[in-house]
Amino acid sequence: MSEHTHASDVPAVSIKKMSKSFGDIEVLRDIDLVVNKGEVVSVLGSSGSGKSTMLRCINWLEEPDRGTIHIAGQRIGVNEHAGRKMTGKELATVRAKTGMVFQGFNLWPHLSVIQNVMEAPIYVKGMPKEQARAIAIELLEKVGLADKHNAFPFTLSGGQKQRVAIARALAMSPEVILFDEPTSALDPERVGEVLTVMKNLSAEGYTMIVVTHEMEFARAVSDQVVFLEKGLIIEKAPPAQFFTNPKTERVRKFLEISA
Amino acid sequence: MTEWSILWDAREVFSNGLIATVQLFVLSTLCAFVLGCALVYQLEHGNRLSRALRLLINLMRTLPFLILAYLLYYGLPPLGLRLSAWSAGLLALIVYHAAYFAEILRGSRLVMPEGYVEAAKAHGFTPLRLYLRIILPTLVIKTRPLLGNQLIIALKDTAFLTIITVQELTAAANSVQSTYFIPTQAFVVVIVLYWLISICLELALKRAARFGAKRGFDYV
Ligand SMILES: Nc1ncnc2c1ncn2[C@@H]1O[C@H](COP(=O)(O)OP(=O)(O)O)[C@@H](O)[C@H]1O
Ligand SMILES: [Mg+2]
Repeated sequence: MSEHTHASDVPAVSIKKMSKSFGDIEVLRDIDLVVNKGEVVSVLGSSGSGKSTMLRCINWLEEPDRGTIHIAGQRIGVNEHAGRKMTGKELATVRAKTGMVFQGFNLWPHLSVIQNVMEAPIYVKGMPKEQARAIAIELLEKVGLADKHNAFPFTLSGGQKQRVAIARALAMSPEVILFDEPTSALDPERVGEVLTVMKNLSAEGYTMIVVTHEMEFARAVSDQVVFLEKGLIIEKAPPAQFFTNPKTERVRKFLEISA
Repeated sequence: MTEWSILWDAREVFSNGLIATVQLFVLSTLCAFVLGCALVYQLEHGNRLSRALRLLINLMRTLPFLILAYLLYYGLPPLGLRLSAWSAGLLALIVYHAAYFAEILRGSRLVMPEGYVEAAKAHGFTPLRLYLRIILPTLVIKTRPLLGNQLIIALKDTAFLTIITVQELTAAANSVQSTYFIPTQAFVVVIVLYWLISICLELALKRAARFGAKRGFDYV
């Protein structure tokens, strides 16, 4: 019991002194970020500032050069007991605690909508098919696609694909969902339907880290806003403060341009 | 007695040959496909073994099939390994076409959008599950016309095995024509039989094509 109360105090994501270079170019420097359970963190910054790389380091799609990342208290990428890098299998068990939604959707093209949502619960968690199906039906309902179970991804609009991708991530009951510009590839009139789903998720208490250019969303939904500039977090503040009273000239400029 | 009734009387020779050919074809292509898939999985790792396998695959593809069959049947006994004609032929078919299947899948793997793989990794798929559930199905659907072509080639390669004395369909025709001196009719019969097997293959490939089209996969 006491262990349980303890566990709920552990942050969903905790990043300490994370750095990452591609060749000679340092893309991330000394990133520190704690995301508590139920929090929504928006990550802003201009193109090339390292937002995607930061997100991809959290689930080890990119391997950071230095620093530590913990997902719900578990170190990712390094097996601390054995003092070595994680094997593919070990990495998979930590990654199963995170979900990710990509700018380009990345639905698996050979699987139908409902199969896309059922796939990871069955083949990663070993969930019985019927249970996975029940969960998938519920989640597709939640994202407004109850009528698309048997459609294949290529027949869907961008907004529909992204909502399937969100359902697919939710199906694993992740500790945190990472969104990398989830609306940037959508037609303007499709952006709203995805943002609405994401707002609902935040209201339900999902933990999310969202790289976005949607200022309204960041302002309305976030608990923290993080601003990346050339691989450094130069501001980290609640949205009220971030948007009305930024500390740096850089963010002030950025907000002016985005307004 | 007409030539056609001679053929009818030799029907057992033909049907035995046909059964042998179908057995060789089905068994060898199944094994070759599985082996080819396993090779491509190993190539995913990008280690020293992968590089050695790459080399071996390329070597196999530059080798005429008949040479390989000769090598396994006549070349191994001096080294202390004696295979029956059937086993040597089957092994030759498996190894040879596995290399081709591997090469077809590998080529498609190179241009497969990395996003599908990343999405699977992000959802916690282990490397093997990722390969079996996401990568391999995508590659197979994508390359289905090339895989189908390879199946037809494999079918035709079974005929080479008559030269190392495997009693398959072409051997059956040869034995009938040399016994009764009716080469044209004997070979027409086996041509028709090969053609029938090919038609069955074509039908299967059509189904595969529809399966892919339903999922929005273009031809290669
Ligand atoms: N795989 C990679 N190899 C080399 N450079 C990369 C790679 N991925 C990203 N970069 C570089 O890292 C910097 C940050 O990229 P990214 O994280 O994608 O920025 P953002 O998402 O903020 O636009 C860019 O300069 C980009 O060119
Ligand atoms: Mg980016």
